[in-house]
Amino acid sequence: MADDQTPAPAGPVLELKDVSITFERNKVLDGVSFVVQPGETRVLLGPAGGGKSVLMKLINGLIKPDGGSIKVFGEEITTMSEEQMFQMRRRVGMVFQESALFDSMDVEDNVAYRLNEEGTAPEEAHKRVQEALDFVELGKAITKFPSELSGGMRRRVSIARAIITKPDLILYDSPTGGLDPITSTTIVQLVVKQRDISHTTALMISHRLQDAFVLATHRFDPEKNEMLPIPDNKVDENTKFLILNEGKIIFDGGTLDLTHSDDPWIQSYLS
Amino acid sequence: MPFASPSEFVKTSVVAVQDYSILCARAVSALFSPPIYLGDIFLQMDAIGFGSLPITILAGFFTGCVLALQSATSLQEFGAISMTGRLVSLSMMKELGPVLTGLMVSGRNASGMASELGSMKVTEQIDAMRALGVDPIRKLVLPRVSATVFMLFFLTILSDAVGVAGGGLVSVFMLGLNGTSYFHSTYRALVYGDVVQGMMKPIFFGFIISTVGCYFGMSTKGGTQGVGKATTQAVVVSSVFIIVVDFLISRLTIGIFGR
Repeated sequence: MADDQTPAPAGPVLELKDVSITFERNKVLDGVSFVVQPGETRVLLGPAGGGKSVLMKLINGLIKPDGGSIKVFGEEITTMSEEQMFQMRRRVGMVFQESALFDSMDVEDNVAYRLNEEGTAPEEAHKRVQEALDFVELGKAITKFPSELSGGMRRRVSIARAIITKPDLILYDSPTGGLDPITSTTIVQLVVKQRDISHTTALMISHRLQDAFVLATHRFDPEKNEMLPIPDNKVDENTKFLILNEGKIIFDGGTLDLTHSDDPWIQSYLS
Repeated sequence: MPFASPSEFVKTSVVAVQDYSILCARAVSALFSPPIYLGDIFLQMDAIGFGSLPITILAGFFTGCVLALQSATSLQEFGAISMTGRLVSLSMMKELGPVLTGLMVSGRNASGMASELGSMKVTEQIDAMRALGVDPIRKLVLPRVSATVFMLFFLTILSDAVGVAGGGLVSVFMLGLNGTSYFHSTYRALVYGDVVQGMMKPIFFGFIISTVGCYFGMSTKGGTQGVGKATTQAVVVSSVFIIVVDFLISRLTIGIFGR
């Protein structure tokens, strides 16, 4: 739960109804509707330019839709003012596609940004930054600047910044985009760790099908401190998929529904 | 590059004016409610005010020098060389001090603001700030606007002073005028209306420089090329605005004070 101690509602964490947005006569999203329940991890798949990042920014209120309804924690955000939106965003952590770290600040100040804004005592903030960095296994990089980090390390700092206040919802915008397979697996392991340890609701965009299926077929073992396949070829029930193509949802369901889909476009996409 | 249709051009221009007005209104209203980032304001005061000190002093000093040198030639023809101090003082205080300082600060800081905020925009740092619950208008725009307005006021006073001093040095050491009489005439030439006019301008110019710089920075699109374009536009637009607003304020104050 987020640090402001607002209780999570019993209903869906996210509820989108008929959401549409157009940029310069180009319809990016067209009547998008879906629901994300508490504790669920929803993986957003689809070809590049399909509107996935736009959808994520809409959910965090960074842009407003032309039409439709977006409810986050049961509250309609399309009619909220920017000030009201800041309150809502305190319960949401977001990992940006290119990390979006503040390049004039070191890792500690980047991760502690929200804590510093909320007036947390420096000793307490430092302790929590260290915990968050240890979670992403980057405890030694605390004094470094973003320019001194590799792409994968930046992504991990971005994850630490998103989870430091223990948000109720985490939005991962292509956390493995542009990374090599080994680093991608490390990032996916962190997402799985966050899912299985904190049970936080999450929405994750992925360009790599392999990462998405690793997320569905693996669990995090806290004793061994590593990600392991779920026994008996089972899948994580709380990990579901959403496929966007040309601004429309063409699939919304579980892992097995996706792999057994008869839709020719989905079959072609998966292959 | 295809030509934009007239209707598209008008729509884009109207939207730009609307966005600029909203940014100005939000920056001003943010001044009257918490949180106010005092640390950032002082940081910007140092960067904008103290950082612009050398160029402002140099520009003001040599403008005063050249003003005395050029005007003395013409005044001598009418036997009015003793009026040099009066001319330098009025020109510096009412026009050249505020306008030149404004243009100098615009060249240095409107570009700096546009490029800094533009880089943050294209690397999603501004979106990240919003996602972390911080209003970029309060955190980035308000400190720059308040620091520029406050510091430009004092930079202009300094520029006026060194301009008059520069004119004095030229008058005494190159034109052979009496120093006491020069400074006496500079002081006596100024009346209340002149000082009000000269002190009013930097407040408007500071607001123009910072809001235009921040507006172009915050609305940057298209990667590094977009940052370069925003930087150029910020300097060009703020410089033109300064000159246009200078005329309007001059006309207004002449209407009020009669000079």
